[in-house]
Amino acid sequence: MKRILKYFTIRLLLTIPMIFILLTLIFFVLRVMPADPVKSMLGAHAPKRVIEQKRKELGLDKPVYSQYWDYLKQLARFDLGDSMIMKQKVITPIKEKLPATLELIIFGLILALTLGVFLGSYGANNRGTKTDTTIRLYGLVVFCIPAYWMGLMLQLIFGIWLDWLPIAGRTGSRVLVANFNNTGFYLIDTLMAGNFTAFFDVLTHLALPALTLALILSGIFVRLTRANMLDVLNNDYILAARARGLSERKVVYKHALKNTLVPILTMLGMQFALLIANAVLTETTFSWPGMARLLVKRIHLRDYPTVQGIIILIAVMVSLSSLIVDLVYAWIDPRVKY
Amino acid sequence: MMKNIIEIKNLSIDYPIYVGTVKAVRNVSMKIKKGEVIGLVGESGCGKSTLGLSLLNMVRAPGKIINGEILYNNTNILDIPYKELLKLRGHNISMIFQNPLNSLNPLYKVSEQFVETIQSHKPKIKKKKALEMAEEMFEKLGIEKSRLYEYPHQMSGGMRQRIMIGIALILNPDLIIADEPTTSLDVIVEAQFVDFLRNLKDKFDVSIMVITHNLGLVAELADRIAVMYGGKIIERGEVEKIYHNPMHEYTKGLISCIPNVKAEQKKLVTMPGAPPDLINPPSGCRFSPRCPKAMDICYEKLPELKTYDGHEVACWLYETEKENS
Repeated sequence: MKRILKYFTIRLLLTIPMIFILLTLIFFVLRVMPADPVKSMLGAHAPKRVIEQKRKELGLDKPVYSQYWDYLKQLARFDLGDSMIMKQKVITPIKEKLPATLELIIFGLILALTLGVFLGSYGANNRGTKTDTTIRLYGLVVFCIPAYWMGLMLQLIFGIWLDWLPIAGRTGSRVLVANFNNTGFYLIDTLMAGNFTAFFDVLTHLALPALTLALILSGIFVRLTRANMLDVLNNDYILAARARGLSERKVVYKHALKNTLVPILTMLGMQFALLIANAVLTETTFSWPGMARLLVKRIHLRDYPTVQGIIILIAVMVSLSSLIVDLVYAWIDPRVKY
Repeated sequence: MMKNIIEIKNLSIDYPIYVGTVKAVRNVSMKIKKGEVIGLVGESGCGKSTLGLSLLNMVRAPGKIINGEILYNNTNILDIPYKELLKLRGHNISMIFQNPLNSLNPLYKVSEQFVETIQSHKPKIKKKKALEMAEEMFEKLGIEKSRLYEYPHQMSGGMRQRIMIGIALILNPDLIIADEPTTSLDVIVEAQFVDFLRNLKDKFDVSIMVITHNLGLVAELADRIAVMYGGKIIERGEVEKIYHNPMHEYTKGLISCIPNVKAEQKKLVTMPGAPPDLINPPSGCRFSPRCPKAMDICYEKLPELKTYDGHEVACWLYETEKENS
């Protein structure tokens, strides 16, 4: 236990330099990019005097290194600062939008894993059949499709042609968000409020964007599960389990699947960053009021502090996810020692 | 006469692959009696493991049993439905494999693997009772009870092999098939394990089929030996007879390949030639291309197993001798 604690403390400490490097990079890249918050606020034709005054107000007149130093000092106090465009703290819109993104990501991930693991195991257990070939093809095709195109196609098919599901936003117009907005996770909120009409509405809105994320990610999980399952099924302990008279279901879903999960987990940790990248695209396609869309908007406005804040948050999320993966890893595989 | 537990009748097994069909087992017939240890000996790829797996109807795809019967209690286990087959495996007939390090699932405790085996055959047994049974078995195996609750990777190879046998024995099967049980153990552990197996026979009333290429091992353990070559049984009889009076040239070769510590021997004796191609086996006797005493008939006609002097051999040599005398 002590060793596990030590391991995780070290892992947590190691994320600090990682975030620091990322932050430095994004800080300077933002300032190298053409245009700045003042121009995006006041437009290209504002009088020079007004522009100068605004620049001074935001501290943009100082040299970049001293701006950098000021920002670091501010961060050391766990303060993400104020937005340069809106009259609000950076943390305010993030707090508001984070649950929407998390809801989408988590739902998409669960869907992707279920789909990927199920199809992959099925393919491995029916190797060489037509279904198996179809599953392999599916894994390849889906992995190659860009997220925005997949989103558009799903919108077209399920939203326009079939008219089954809504194609934008988190809720329909008849659902009053204010009635149940507690945690920001609408699925949980509506359930807690006992409002099933609203829950169903939220679920239908979540379906298409989550499916977009899930389909794209499922490709890699299908291929990974199938390959690993085939590998595991060749092990002697699978043969031995069959020789003990265990049913095929038990052999595959108890003995083989747990062993297959170990490499899948590793992949899951690594795919989390890709998942967020795809979430940015998906949120834009589906007008999902999440953090990723906020990021895109604020990049257009050159709102330096907000962009920096969101990037830091994403970095923390990615490293936290790999930490969680490590924990689960140790929980599944008794041979893992830290 | 002791009762036959298993009777194999005219069994043939094929592996259809891209380049042709591997004829792994051909027209093998065999009886295993209650409480006897039978050694199945042969070199790699002669079909002995496939024959072992077929007793549980577990030949790996693309392998296929193309004809023959395996009778257990007068029912053909190749005909019974899958559910009945599952009841048989691990309960009436158990099997242990050559790699003990890899025969237990690394992610589950040993206790769990005992319990699931017991409960899948006897669902009425509660977990607590099953654990008691497993602890009792550990005592018989000579392993501390507390180790039952450990993971496989915390144990040594020899211990894991004993545990595999424990799981195989837990439901009192009639037959245990041991497929190369000592291959991955070192010499000292192997010796201990052989002792252990020998005692097993007395403690549990069980028949054992030892599949191996190690003649030394079967000499210590077995009552009867069957020698396989190219998918066929070519010689079979009591251990003493086979050792002191091998009849088939292949068996003679195998025995002379055992290094002798006492005799002054500079070079290891080897058998010339390679195992037969089972996709296109030689017509006639499968051993004829390597046989030092091959005659014309050996290349043309396949000899059948015939009894001479109390033990069976499939060789034209003795057939013609008989005719001549």
